[in-house]
Amino acid sequence: MIAPNLAVDIAGLKLKNPVMTASGTFGYGEEYADYFDLNALGAIVVKGLSITPRTGNPTPRIVETPSGMLNAIGLQNIGVRTFIDEKLPFLRQFDTKVIANFFGDSIEEYAECARMLSDAEGVHALEMNISCPNKQEGWIVFGTDPMTMDKVISVTRKSTALPLIVKLSPNVKDIGQMAKIAENAGADAVSAINTITGMVIDVRKRMPVLANKTGGLSGPAIRPVAVRMVWEVCRAVKIPVIGMGGIMNAEDALQFLIAGARAVAVGTANFINPSAAADVVEGLKLFLQDEGVSDINEIIGTLR
Amino acid sequence: MRRHFKAKVIDNNFAAESFKLITLSPASEVSVPLPGQFYMLESGRSTDPLLKRPFSIFRLNDGCLQFLYRVRGKGTTSIAGFNRGDFINVVGPLGKAYPDPEGPFIAVAGGVGIASLYSLLEKKRGKAMLFYGARNVRELICFEEASKLSAKAFSTTDDGSSGVKGLVTDKLSEFIKNEGRSMPVYACGPHPMLKKVAEIAKHNNLKCYVSLEEHMACGIGACLGCVVKSKSSAVEYEYKRVCKEGPVFDADEVLW
Repeated sequence: MIAPNLAVDIAGLKLKNPVMTASGTFGYGEEYADYFDLNALGAIVVKGLSITPRTGNPTPRIVETPSGMLNAIGLQNIGVRTFIDEKLPFLRQFDTKVIANFFGDSIEEYAECARMLSDAEGVHALEMNISCPNKQEGWIVFGTDPMTMDKVISVTRKSTALPLIVKLSPNVKDIGQMAKIAENAGADAVSAINTITGMVIDVRKRMPVLANKTGGLSGPAIRPVAVRMVWEVCRAVKIPVIGMGGIMNAEDALQFLIAGARAVAVGTANFINPSAAADVVEGLKLFLQDEGVSDINEIIGTLR
Repeated sequence: MRRHFKAKVIDNNFAAESFKLITLSPASEVSVPLPGQFYMLESGRSTDPLLKRPFSIFRLNDGCLQFLYRVRGKGTTSIAGFNRGDFINVVGPLGKAYPDPEGPFIAVAGGVGIASLYSLLEKKRGKAMLFYGARNVRELICFEEASKLSAKAFSTTDDGSSGVKGLVTDKLSEFIKNEGRSMPVYACGPHPMLKKVAEIAKHNNLKCYVSLEEHMACGIGACLGCVVKSKSSAVEYEYKRVCKEGPVFDADEVLW
């Protein structure tokens, strides 16, 4: 049998397969190069970048939860400049699309960050993080207020010609409505979902386990919520949707694709199995062969 | 050489009350670990517990990897349930090893911290002055074997059931004061003990290496969960990854 076609198109961004890595779970790619050939991936989404480096939150930053984990890393990153100078050259050697996740403290910073990344050779698309739940005191929640969200996307849109993906927060009343706002503001695609805000309390100390008190829940625990939200988003917008949330294997990924996601991202699974994302690609191939389907696009959005 | 592999459980027995020793035979050719490096071990078949757990390499024995661990939380309880013949997923060796001591050195182990230092004692047979503290004699795992690998060995326990009653760091201070020789210090144990060891070493102008322990999600440098506050030349402080820049740090780098 001929190998099935896995290639998908996200707003002009041509991916050899629909499997990406979720931002914050894959470093800047090099951490995983020892474990599998990064050419196997459709795209690598790097750890969120800001104009200036960030030290991140105090520890403890992570805690395991039933079938999941909470994290409050606090957007620690090396900054856009260092990323471009020191990390991009490594990523350029792979035939895999590089999507730069980025954020700012103000609308101007978002726009400037997008501009800087757009000029860099080897960045193929941008993913706007407007939904990190681990905000510092005073950090404006761009992703949960419709008006602010519309503004930050509209302004950032004007500062880049690259495909602009907006990562949606699940910590909202109606994620479909938020996706619609992103679409109208000029987003080329949306990705969903970011982590769900959660908390774990140490009952002996009567204190939150995380230094940040709350953190973002990820892992298989959130998958049913993620699948439902991605399904809602897919029905609300015409732009491509990238689905994520607790994907551990190809079958999990297929739930998102069938719900209508054009691509998927593997996140927390990378921590448990360093080759998880590549394994999902292989698993998708096997599924298509098994089902006698020649093209992954014939699976996408086929929920009965 | 593969750093992500399947390994067969050869043995998973109690080394002492609530301490187990797991022996793994890698199913493929793997890298040889250096003293101080660690591995991430699968914590069970289901998604709860979800994450792998980090363990220092205890010994390399006849091509098998051995890990000494305390059965305490959800992860180690699950790992304690692995049976002979089971295959589990392993990632490693990971992280920075102890720098090779050129001559005699001081090794300070607190409790299960001996697991990280044991292979260094083995590699540098007869070179270490070992200071090993535990809560009681039952938790002073393989003190006898470790003593045989060392030039001198002292034990301390909280209850006096073996060696001197009291803190291992007090015994260390006393030794350095009396001995007055310049030797590097290698330490692994609970954070307050390491902090104290670092202070003693600094006070006496001794080079000091500590192996830190932190909760980890990935163990390979991606999640940024296991960081430790460290000195930085450029900014006030920076967070270094215990899994990547450590677990062995120059005690001077760490902001205690």
